Amino acid sequence: MSLAIAPKIAASEPAIFDLATSPLRELNAALQNLPPDTNETAWSVLNPRGAHAVAVGITAPVAVTIEGHAGYYCAGMNSGASITINGNAGTGVAENMMAGRVHVRGDASQSAGATAHGGLLIIDGNASARCGISMKGIDIVVKGSVGHMSAFMAQSGNLVILGDAGEALGDSLYEARIFVRGTVASLGADCEEKPMTAEDKAALTELLRRAGAAADAGSFKRYGSARTLYQFHVDNAGAY
Amino acid sequence: MCGIAGLFLKNRSLEPELGALTAAMLTVLTDRGPDSAGFAIYGAGSPGEVKLTLRAPAQFDFEALAGELKLPLIRRDDHAVLALPVAREAEIRGLLARNHPQVAIVASGARMELFKGVGLPADVSTRFGLEGMSGSHAIGHTRMATESAVTTQGAHPFSTGPDQCLVHNGSLSNHNDIRRRLIREQMTFETQNDTEVAAGYLSWKLRSGARLDAALTSALDTLDGFYTFVVGTETGFGVLRDPVACKPAVMAETDDYVAFGSEYRALVDLPGISKARLFEPEPAKVYFWERTH
Repeated sequence: MSLAIAPKIAASEPAIFDLATSPLRELNAALQNLPPDTNETAWSVLNPRGAHAVAVGITAPVAVTIEGHAGYYCAGMNSGASITINGNAGTGVAENMMAGRVHVRGDASQSAGATAHGGLLIIDGNASARCGISMKGIDIVVKGSVGHMSAFMAQSGNLVILGDAGEALGDSLYEARIFVRGTVASLGADCEEKPMTAEDKAALTELLRRAGAAADAGSFKRYGSARTLYQFHVDNAGAY
Repeated sequence: MCGIAGLFLKNRSLEPELGALTAAMLTVLTDRGPDSAGFAIYGAGSPGEVKLTLRAPAQFDFEALAGELKLPLIRRDDHAVLALPVAREAEIRGLLARNHPQVAIVASGARMELFKGVGLPADVSTRFGLEGMSGSHAIGHTRMATESAVTTQGAHPFSTGPDQCLVHNGSLSNHNDIRRRLIREQMTFETQNDTEVAAGYLSWKLRSGARLDAALTSALDTLDGFYTFVVGTETGFGVLRDPVACKPAVMAETDDYVAFGSEYRALVDLPGISKARLFEPEPAKVYFWERTH
């Protein structure tokens, strides 16, 4: 089992960027141009006021804290940074994340973690519809509940839901594992409950630990693809 | 796209600020709808009186009309609000239709006034003096046209019944069918716009005695397409999203108000927003607030 590496926090005070007085493009340009060995490893973003595309496309392993509610696509395309939102996040938080960690302290809107290839997305509150849509390797831990069509067409990774899941969970799922502790309103096409293997349970336990979630892996059910939808089956030939 | 801003006050001491707060919300939503904008505002009314919001071509002489009708009229750019005794409404409507066919009656009601036009939201608000208006609730819209032309007629809100208004983000797929059915029920429509059909459907339900929340519940079964609606009545404020909930919606509730924004950005400057309960209205769930005193 690998040990999670805590993000490096600078000993000095974080660099403060106030979006009330400086343009968002300057913030993103500064963050995107940080070299991998930068000494400016801690950033604090003030007054996001729901702005879109805050702290996107970062490739350096820095820590960014956003003090307030963020708009669409916050922390999108993250590739190694540790980004904390002390508030809610709008549509598409951490969309297409490649690596790193994104932590939403409030609720997340639709399509959280959409199409993301890697990294860990933690949502302390609820996530609305289509959480983890088309996820391709990301791990998502939602401490509240998720809306309808979550993990729609998910391909790889883990979606952990401590609360309840809305309608059509895991619809048209390719692969990816879904763990739910609460109730599931309904399963989508080709999504089914599967036995929790020892390997599943170990992976879930580790994800819960990394997300700081106080929950017993034994209290979850595990869902996955029945694998009847995405492969041609001769019995379905008449349907084409 | 399109943007929606709505504000329903619970605390009457905020009423003088309603127009300014609504104008600020609409301006933020310019990038969601730069084509045209509009708003309905529920201000003061007088017992026994009805207000007609009129719209006419730019050169129309509203002052002469007020003199001819001997009725109080307040002009706001190419719109004007005419106050008249309820008993004279049919007579005045007939007179306007006969003598001034270029004047459109945009809305009517005991309290609601409705203004809309082509242009940037901030310019539209300024033209009509929204900032200086007061009232209990207001619903505004910034439009990025998809289903019909960029015209004043195609701008939102739509009003199809007294003190009733509706704004819409999305598009309906069965509006032609529903329009035909409603025409058979003696409803009339001014445009080919899908949103007007949604407004007309709710007005038809309300006319037959349904409460706004019941009308919205039946809309879920009847209207097909994607939508976030915000609707107003003389005392009520409702929100409905379609079951797929493609169109964004954020709400904030405090002891003082209920606010709706297409995005949180529109709510940022409301008083006490940092303490508000923020939530996204759930799909296919009717939300409804009403003033009872």
